[in-house]
Amino acid sequence: MKVKLENLSKRWGKVVGADCINLDIGDGEFVAFLGPSGCGKTTTLLMVAGIYKPTEGYIRFDDRVVNYLAPKDRNIGMVFQSYALYPHMTAFQNISYPLKLQKTPKEEMKKRAQKVADMMDIGHLMDRKPAQLSGGQQQRVALGRALIKEPQLLLFDEPLSNLDARLRLTMRAEIKRLQVDLGVTSVYVTHDQVEAMTMADRVAVMKEGKLQAYSPPDELYDQPRTLFVAGFVGSPPMNFLDVEVVRENGDYHARRKGFDAVVPSDRGEKAAGKGNVILGIRPENITIANVGVSGEIYVVEPLGRDDLITVHIGEASVHVLSDPTLGLRMGQTVTLGFNTHKVQFFDPQTEKSLLWMD
Amino acid sequence: MTLKQKIGAAIPYVILVITVLPIVVGYFWLVLSSFSVSTEGLRSTGFTLSNWSFLREPPFGRGYPSIWRVTFNTFVVAISMTLTVVIVSSLAGYALSRLNFPGRKSFLSLTLLLHAFPSVTLLIGIYFVLRALGLYNTLLGVGMVMIGFELPFGIWLMKGFFDNVSWDMERAALIDGASRFRVWGEIILPTVKPGLAALAIFAFISGWNAWLIPRTFTIGAGQQATLSVFLNNFRSDTVAVQWGTVTAVGLFQLVPVAIFFIFTQDLLLSIYAGGAKGGT
Ligand SMILES: Nc1ncnc2c1ncn2[C@@H]1O[C@H](COP(=O)(O)OP(=O)(O)OP(=O)(O)O)[C@@H](O)[C@H]1O
Ligand SMILES: [Mg+2]
Repeated sequence: MKVKLENLSKRWGKVVGADCINLDIGDGEFVAFLGPSGCGKTTTLLMVAGIYKPTEGYIRFDDRVVNYLAPKDRNIGMVFQSYALYPHMTAFQNISYPLKLQKTPKEEMKKRAQKVADMMDIGHLMDRKPAQLSGGQQQRVALGRALIKEPQLLLFDEPLSNLDARLRLTMRAEIKRLQVDLGVTSVYVTHDQVEAMTMADRVAVMKEGKLQAYSPPDELYDQPRTLFVAGFVGSPPMNFLDVEVVRENGDYHARRKGFDAVVPSDRGEKAAGKGNVILGIRPENITIANVGVSGEIYVVEPLGRDDLITVHIGEASVHVLSDPTLGLRMGQTVTLGFNTHKVQFFDPQTEKSLLWMD
Repeated sequence: MTLKQKIGAAIPYVILVITVLPIVVGYFWLVLSSFSVSTEGLRSTGFTLSNWSFLREPPFGRGYPSIWRVTFNTFVVAISMTLTVVIVSSLAGYALSRLNFPGRKSFLSLTLLLHAFPSVTLLIGIYFVLRALGLYNTLLGVGMVMIGFELPFGIWLMKGFFDNVSWDMERAALIDGASRFRVWGEIILPTVKPGLAALAIFAFISGWNAWLIPRTFTIGAGQQATLSVFLNNFRSDTVAVQWGTVTAVGLFQLVPVAIFFIFTQDLLLSIYAGGAKGGT
């Protein structure tokens, strides 16, 4: 089923939950809503679920406007962060509750519940109450309950954020696999950008109720359309430097005090002559080199595979991912090479990309 | 365990025993006195069952109700009060907790005000209302007034319990396909069972023991009397009070409450034990 949000807004008096969201979700697509706390992800999801009535705009399921359709008539399944299991019912009763409401015959109910339970690998826990299950097991029961009526749309609201890191990895992979196997259209809310990037076909980045960007993960990463997206997506986050881009002898230079880098002309020309602009570059695109910009190492943080080092260049500072075998130390002076084929430029006033906004 | 530790462990028990002692002694005397000709302090002067003769014949003579009639009255009042208060409070409390409707805020403060209002001040006003409605000296009238006084408390109590139920659970049930009413009945109510049980206990006990309202709105120990009113009738200004009978009737009134309490306490415990994770 396709889902379309048109100018969708939700307000409570002066409080804005979601602000004029426009979004298309294709049939079978896996879309993640990504954004910091309070940006309106849950609000938007609950409007899609039919729990909140939109203040403005439309929600379409396959071209049909569903604004006034009750949640029970939308044929959706939803998984909550808090699991939201019914504490007085066993796992079996929890999973089969949607079928019970549809007045499904007992035999069929048992069969389908068993099938879902096997899929979730919780067949042996069906007689237990939620209080007797671990967090991960509860999450599986909740997932089973969302899946059992074979919904046309699956909604997830930060389903993994209460699990420990290791279990989160496993469940992440399982949910992704399940979604592909079932081919059901899914919306997945998270504030964890790794989750969003690894699971989703497309990521919708939100901030203060507004949709900031909506694109596939790699595009979000390589072609961020706003300063916010550039800074929010990627870990460790992108470095930002105030520079001025000038053309000299046919080359474009990004310059500030103690910093000068030649940038490729296709990118440089879009930022040249604009006065002060913001240059963005990811830590992995800066290397310790023989020639380049020199700076002083402020701190070294070992991350295991890499060292994250903070280097002061004049008044600015940048994060660099470097090889631990280099044995870099605090206070040392290093020369940094910038892979300028990957630089971004942003307008400091509008905070929009100078490269990717048209 | 050293002696010091032993003493330390014993201290709470000593304190508890000392505080409970007067109550235990009181009940002991109650039982003793009801089976005694008379008592001197905590000593009986002789065993007798004559204090319990009210079970067989109406103690106030012909035309007055028997103890069984009065017990039945009290049951009717207490049970109908329990049912009405629990049902109305769980519906109204849910609405006040979950639904947004015009007048919600003012309704809430009004119920709180009514709850805080000393009911004694309303007695005369209510008397005229009951008279006008022809409900004076009827169980229906008494029951209605008592329910009216109990409801604000019940509604607030239940609202508090509903406020603590997660929204997500309710949303999950709506998405699973339940109607609002089914969500209330099948999902929310079972999770506030401890609240319902507590309210039922409160309502039943206050209905069973009610004194002021039945005394005010019925005539003496008539056919509409409840146990407290009946008990009060043993007090007399002209004849010496038979304390043996008074204690026997008091004990008689106590028994159902004790049974009810033991029963619901068990239920309460089992509900708490099987409840949501985290709550023991
Ligand atoms: N029922 C409500 N009434 C009033 N304001 C609300 C309501 N629900 C949400 N809001 C407000 O709307 C904004 C968006 O909230 P929302 O729950 O959608 O955030 P979120 O992106 O899901 O955040 P989180 O990651 O913390 O869950 C917040 O400012 C919040 O205070
Ligand atoms: Mg949220």
